[in-house]
Amino acid sequence: MKTTTQLPDKNGRFGDFGGRYVPETLMSALAELEQAYERFTANKSFQDELAYYLKSYSGRPTPLYFAERFTEHVGGAKVYLKREDLNHTGAHKINNTIGQALLAMRMGKKRVIAETGAGQHGVATATVAARFGLECTVFMGEEDMERQALNVFRMRMLGAEVVPATSGTKTLKDATNEAIRHWVEHVEDTYYIIGSVVGPHPYPRIVRDFQRIIGDETRQQMLDLEGRLPHTVIACVGGGSNAMGMFYPFVADESVRLIGVEAAGKGLESGLHAASIGKGTPGVLHGSMMYLLQDEFGQVTPAHSISAGLDYPGIGPEHSYLHASGRAQYVPITDDEALEAFYLLSKTEGIIPALESAHAVAQAQKTAREMSPDESLVICLSGRGDKDVEQIARMTGGVVDDEN
Amino acid sequence: MTRIKSAFERQTARAAALIPFLNTGDPDFDTSLELFRTVLRTGADIVEIGAPYSDPLADGPVIQASAVRSLRAGFQFPHVFEMTSRLRRDTDKGLVLFSYFNPLLQYGIDRFFADAVSSGADGVIIPDLPFEESALVRQVADRQGIELIPLVAPTSSEERIAKICEEARGFVYCVSSLGVTGERAKMSERVQDLVRLARSYTRLPIAVGFGVSGAPQARFIAGFADGVIVGSAYVRRIEESLEAPDQTERYALAIDGVSQFTKELTDAISDVSAKS
Repeated sequence: MKTTTQLPDKNGRFGDFGGRYVPETLMSALAELEQAYERFTANKSFQDELAYYLKSYSGRPTPLYFAERFTEHVGGAKVYLKREDLNHTGAHKINNTIGQALLAMRMGKKRVIAETGAGQHGVATATVAARFGLECTVFMGEEDMERQALNVFRMRMLGAEVVPATSGTKTLKDATNEAIRHWVEHVEDTYYIIGSVVGPHPYPRIVRDFQRIIGDETRQQMLDLEGRLPHTVIACVGGGSNAMGMFYPFVADESVRLIGVEAAGKGLESGLHAASIGKGTPGVLHGSMMYLLQDEFGQVTPAHSISAGLDYPGIGPEHSYLHASGRAQYVPITDDEALEAFYLLSKTEGIIPALESAHAVAQAQKTAREMSPDESLVICLSGRGDKDVEQIARMTGGVVDDEN
Repeated sequence: MTRIKSAFERQTARAAALIPFLNTGDPDFDTSLELFRTVLRTGADIVEIGAPYSDPLADGPVIQASAVRSLRAGFQFPHVFEMTSRLRRDTDKGLVLFSYFNPLLQYGIDRFFADAVSSGADGVIIPDLPFEESALVRQVADRQGIELIPLVAPTSSEERIAKICEEARGFVYCVSSLGVTGERAKMSERVQDLVRLARSYTRLPIAVGFGVSGAPQARFIAGFADGVIVGSAYVRRIEESLEAPDQTERYALAIDGVSQFTKELTDAISDVSAKS
């Protein structure tokens, strides 16, 4: 096993990235979480229970599906889809919320909070809270609540309280600020379920570990189907949880190319994008050192993406490290390219991807084309697009764009 | 003797030092300069000079809104240092910079502390830089003779408090209650235990902040701590002044508001007879 898979170190560092840049009030809670995580997850009963819920409640393992018509259309490498969209609640987010909810209960917490962007993590948190009888509050940017009204309704149906974040840019960044501020005040009885591989140590590690099942399954499924590892793996990256879960089990396999796809919004030069690696520099946000969109004075600049789930000005510390070390590549895909891929996958495979995942699909088109037909490429199809249909209908005035 | 130390030792008539917090450039540079001068003239012993930040995690809505006003008006670190050196010209009281870590990191740690020295600052508070992440900053601060003031919280273990106090400079900032900055109706009794614990590990002065809304709480804190830190309650007075229709009136309201409030607080902490 290579050293890169041994991270983070005991200080929560992935190389120069990560750490714990939080108010002193939270430091004891983070230490307590780290200890509880080590202790409970080492326990067979925890792992058995986790495996049970992932299988019987969420529907794992998710299929690795050969996208034959998409492959034909693109021309090039064989394209497989890791169907995280088939999870209960429609995205990979539930892998992590089941794990953290089980942890929260073992820590004696009866109340959970979460931040959410597109609403997928909020829904996944509200879902497990309902299942396990936990009180649940979700913080969501006011602007995102409008963009993803259906998910707001869904969370409320599940019994969660949804609190609008009205500060700053009113999106995921600010929802995360509000969740952290709330946690500081209620740290003694509340468990904070972070939804991505961001935040102070040990969160990036915990979320990665609960999401690595995506990559673990994919690796085995490829070996079963093709008798060898994929040549390339592609996933979209906002904070980066589906990508980290997919990449992590492949990090030590140097033959596997890892490509993370950042939202380029209206273009990298437009200033309206969420390309933290493409256009950002190392800085601290939400308790962690990572690539960050910021001005020369360290003020965080607003991100933009057509998809609320990628609309985040940072990228998790382990991705920052994989980029800095050259192990993974991070590339931009614009709103328009993602939208085109959204239609393409819908029409060639009958699978409507989430707008987030459509970014990975768009990059796969470019990459697969340059590969040979005896090579294979896996797209992490992190979520399904039902939640985006209304937004797209609104954008197009209800007209399906037949050009694509 | 450092200016921070003498600011605490100057308290013969008073039970505790008064330490107001204001953001640089809220609502504009000149008004904010005059507000700092006013609090120093009317009774503050040390002031915290806030650097506005886009994502102030430890702050409640009042100070967040103040940072937004200040950032919108274009204020950044250079103005914070400008503010500090202007204040230093006519005061020998303690001047403490307050900044989140990312702006400081982007400005450059060495450059920040060099500019802090040349502007006449005495100390720095970085609310999101806990002990474990602060080794490099502590080193540079010590080399430059700027006192890095640490925070301890009601959730800090005794082991952490011991470690933090051992490396503390200037004074120890005790967070009165769980949560972010902002006025609270009631001050938790737990803060007394926290101050007592911190005192057993350091001979530095101990100041209490977060949640102080007015005279009664300031008086309560002065009963057992060496300093009272007041932020949101000051900033709210500035916010309220902005409702006035014209600039002259807004300016007068803000100055009157903070000067009145400083007097109330000074009076409140002056008649505390003895420490418990």
